[in-house]
This record gives sequence, C-alpha cells and structure tokens, in this order.
Amino acid sequence: MTTPVLSARGLVKTFGRVVGLDGVDLDLHRGEVLAVIGDNGAGKSTLIKTLTGALAPDAGEIRLDGELVSFKRPQDAREAGIETVYQTLAVAPALDIASNLYLAREERRPGVLGSVLRMLDKKGMRDRAQQSVQELGISTIQNMAVPVESLSGGQRQAVAVARAAAFGSKVVVLDEPTAALGVKESGQVLRLVEQLRERNLGVILISHNMPHVWEVADRIHVQRLGRCAGVITPESHSMTDGVAIMTGAMALPA
Amino acid sequence: MTDTRTSISGGSGPARTGPPARPGPSAADELARRRSSPAQRVQHLLHGHPAISPALILVLTVVVFASLNPRFGEPQTISLMVQQTAVVAALAVGQTLIILTAGIDLSVGAVAILSMMLMAKTASENGLSGPVALLLGLVAGIAAGALNGFLVTRLKLPPFIVTLGTLSVFTAMALLYTGGRSVQQVAMPDLLNWTGEIIRVGDFRITTGVLITAAIYLVAGFALSQTAWGRHVYAVGDDAEASRLAGIRVNRVLFSVYVAAGLIYALAAWVLIGRAGAASPNAIAGANLDSITAVVIGGTSLFGGRGAVLGTLLGALIVQAFTTGLSLAGVDDQYRLLAVGVLVILAVSVDQWIRKVRA
Ligand SMILES: Nc1ncnc2c1ncn2[C@@H]1O[C@H](COP(=O)(O)OP(=O)(O)OP(=O)(O)O)[C@@H](O)[C@H]1O
Ligand SMILES: [Mg+2]
Repeated sequence: MTTPVLSARGLVKTFGRVVGLDGVDLDLHRGEVLAVIGDNGAGKSTLIKTLTGALAPDAGEIRLDGELVSFKRPQDAREAGIETVYQTLAVAPALDIASNLYLAREERRPGVLGSVLRMLDKKGMRDRAQQSVQELGISTIQNMAVPVESLSGGQRQAVAVARAAAFGSKVVVLDEPTAALGVKESGQVLRLVEQLRERNLGVILISHNMPHVWEVADRIHVQRLGRCAGVITPESHSMTDGVAIMTGAMALPA
Repeated sequence: MTDTRTSISGGSGPARTGPPARPGPSAADELARRRSSPAQRVQHLLHGHPAISPALILVLTVVVFASLNPRFGEPQTISLMVQQTAVVAALAVGQTLIILTAGIDLSVGAVAILSMMLMAKTASENGLSGPVALLLGLVAGIAAGALNGFLVTRLKLPPFIVTLGTLSVFTAMALLYTGGRSVQQVAMPDLLNWTGEIIRVGDFRITTGVLITAAIYLVAGFALSQTAWGRHVYAVGDDAEASRLAGIRVNRVLFSVYVAAGLIYALAAWVLIGRAGAASPNAIAGANLDSITAVVIGGTSLFGGRGAVLGTLLGALIVQAFTTGLSLAGVDDQYRLLAVGVLVILAVSVDQWIRKVRA
C-alpha cells in the first residue's frame, strides 16, 4: 500500500463544551475521491478545517506524504499543495472574479514595475483566470472582471471551486461544492472532481447529495456525532445503507 | 451564503431539479426593461465608480458658490482653499485606509499632535537637527500606529474602543510633554518650516505642504489600486474571515494599515507646522471628525471594503468649498456645519443604496 497523500490520526477538536471532533482518523490517497457524509453538525466541516489549517486541532496528528505537518493557518496548507473550497466559500464579494481566483497569490508585473513598484499584473491574471476557467469546463462564470457580489450563489460557488481546482497540486478539499448548483452545474463540478482524480490528486468531497457521492466517490467516510462511523465504498454499500449508518440506524461491524 | 441543501433521503434521493423553465418572453422583457431603469443604471454606475457622486457634488458646489460670489473662483481663493485643506486631506488618507478595513480611527489628531510636538520640541529645545527631529516625529507616528495596530490585532479589541483610548493617551502625552505650550516658527529648523514655503504655479500659490499631501495621495492610491497589499486591504475589510480562509494574513494586513496610517498622520503633522507657522498642542481639534467626514462624503463605506482615496480627496475639498463659499457669501459658520451634516447623511444613504446593487 502506498503512503497516503494526506492522513490524520486521532483528531480532536472541541469548542468549549461542544465536541466537534472526537478522535477521527482519515486516509486519502493520490488519485482517489474520498467522500465525507454525515448529518448536519456531524463534524464534516470541522474535520476538513483541521486538515487544511483553518482550525488547529486540540489533539491528533496530520501527515502529508507521510511527513508530520502542523498548519498554523490556511496559507500554510495552501503552500503545501492543499486547496480548499470552504462551505462559506471564502470569497471577497467586492473584488472581481480574477482577483478572487488569485487572492493571496497575486502575480506581479515583470521587470522593475513588479519587483520595485510591486505592481500587479492585472491583465495577465485576468487572462489566465479566463483560461483556467475554460479549461476546467466551468461555463457558469464568464467575465472575469465582474465583482463576485453580483453573482448568484451558484456562480460564487463556481468561483471557489475554480480557484481550488486551478491551484491544487496535491489535495483538493470541497465542502459541499454543489449545494447551490443546478443539475447541469453540479454535473460540471462532478466532472471536475473526476478530472482532478485523473490528474492524480487526492480529493475530499463533502456532500449531502447521496447520488452525487455514489457517482464519483472511491471510498466514503461516514461521520457521525464527531466520530467516524466507518468507511464504506459505493460497491460495498447502497445509498440506503449509507444513510442508515449516518443516522445511527445501522452500525458497521468494528 | 445560500445553502439550498439537497435531499439526503437515501436510495434514489431526488437530485435537485434545475432552475424552473424560463418564463415567457414577456416576463423576460419586463425584467430587462426594469433592469435598465434610469435609477438602476445610476446605481450600477455609482457602484463601479464610487467617486462620481462626490465629484459631481464638488463641481456643483463650486459652480453655485462661484455664481454667488465671483471671488470664489479667483486663483487667490482657490489657492487658499487648497492650502487650508492640505492637513485634513492628508490625515484623511490614513483614516481612509483604516475605514477600508472596516475600522475607524479616533486618534488621528492626537497622533499628529504628538508627532508634531516631538519634532518641534526636540529641535527647538534639545537642539536636534531638522532631519533628525523630523525622523523622530515620523517614527513616533509609526509607533503610535503600531500601538493601535497591536491592540486591534493581538488583543482583538474593536478599533473604535482602541482609538478612543489612545486618543486620550496620546493627547495627554502631548500636553504633559509640552506643558501645553506651543513652539514658535523661529525656534524651529528650516526643514520643519519648509512645508509652509510658497510655490507659484501661474496665478496660483500652493505650498510645499500641499505637494506632500499630493504625494501621500499618489502613493496611497497606487498602493491600494495596483498592489497585492491593496487588494488584501479591501478583501480584509470586505470579509475578514473569508480573507483568512483564502490565505491572507489578516492580522498582518491590519497591522500594516495602522502603521501606514500612523506614518501618514506624522507627515500631515509636518504639513501642519508649515500651515500654522507654529507647533501648538491645541491645534486641529476637529481633526477626527473632519477626517471621517471627508472619507464618508468621499464615498468610502464605513462597513469596509469599498472606497478609494480619490473620493476622500474630493470629500475634503467639498467641505473646504462649503467653508470658504459660505464665509464669502457672508453666511454664519453654523450653516456650514448644517450643510456638512446633511452631506454626511446623504453620502451614507447613497452608500447604502449602491451596496444593494445586483448585476
Ligand atoms: N466555531 C465554532 N464554535 C462553536 N461550535 C462549533 C464551531 N464550529 C462547529 N461547531 C460545532 O461543531 C459541531 C460540528 O460542526 P460542523 O460544522 O463540523 O458540522 P457539519 O458536519 O459540517 O454540518 P453541516 O452539514 O451542517 O455543514 C457542531 O455541533 C457545531 O455546532
Ligand atoms: Mg459543514
């Protein structure tokens, strides 16, 4: 068995008296889509936040390519090759699409303008943003100069997904990337997830949509009440089983 | 954020159905017609270019006052107005930076006075040379800004509270240090008085202080619109948590903004020495509210993330135009206050309105 690209052992995260994560293990391999399902409040978002530097776990360890890592902030995880679409999307509404795609990794003009005056390469970023959005097959966003606040919820989601897909080099984490999307747009995101898998990235996909999960996932991590209730596959279990495990109606043999 | 959850009912849980079939062309036409209503087009325009409304107000103000009193349009009057605006306009740049991050700075004037008195007194009493005294004053401004920034980012106190506190602290420090006494022009080295030197441009007379203010605007405008740092200032003011998740070092950006503001206040203090022809610990009493007024009339949103220094410059000029225009018209100064108050409320209302824009 190869070393997982991302793995976690015994992750614990509490918020005062509320237990968000209660000792969770997770393994993600390259070229794999790992879905995470669970009821509201099961700890899915908390799990991926601790994996991506948005929250510091109280206990437990995280390894990237087998190396122990400790991300102090989302920037650290990003620099290590982990891109995340958070449930809240993390876009700056007043900035345009291109600025959002390049947020916190802006590119500067070549030469003195960039090195001394630190001038942004606005046109270059806009062009490259346009190009990557096209390559990713995201048709919902067109004009890169439009401020994100004027977009629909689904389009904003597309911006966040495009950002993660365009820059992820090892792992891409998607927290409910299709929640606000229509059928066609959801389909585009699922194709994108498959593309990422083909590029040999590890993908974590959180979703409440069971048909989506069963369509693209290689393995499914079922999160329940802050713990992992088990890891299943679309072949080993039906959607009904998955929901039953999620809600506690069915228990997996330990 | 919209959170239209899809069904989690197991088995063949119905996938979310797509958007409803498009309504007939009549409804679409209706929508297009409504969308292009004049009011909405104005709303869009202002949304994209927030400096337009203060620019229009400034032009209108100038036209009205010039027609009321021809002296208003004379080079002499205009020169004086520009000179009189220089200090508040410079201070307002720092205030703009902080308001863009959804903060507010009540210690503007206090920081400026403290740095000014430090420059003036170390030069006049401790015999420091002009450049050293100036440098000391600038460092004091930076340190004051750093203290504000530290309290806001590390102790997570609201900027209003932090600067309300430092307003008193810095004011007290300046008064204790000087015993409330001013330093006269003659006692200060040339470099400190240099900002009062007159430069003739045709019929107009500006001061070197005005040039310093202009330089502050150029540098701040460039940094905000052309650099990654500027982008991050807007992003942090827009949504700090989203910025953090997107990988911006939010605290670092905030801290840098307070430090930059402190430096700008100290530079404004230098301009003030030239303008007032002395350094007095009781100068610019209204600096806090005047700077906030200029920022708000200039179209920068008090909620952060929206605005530009160009608007602030226009805002400062509008207030000055009212002051000069009404006094030339022989109107009681209280009417100026009244007019400025109305403008502030108007500006914030316009801001609220254009924030509701949707493409
Ligand atoms: N910042 C926080 N402060 C306090 N409690 C929190 C915080 N974040 C999460 N929690 C709590 O931790 C638990 C897990 O929350 P989490 O957001 O991870 O759930 P989730 O599985 O992502 O749910 P959803 O499907 O609604 O997105 C919940 O009980 C929640 O109330
Ligand atoms: Mg969640």
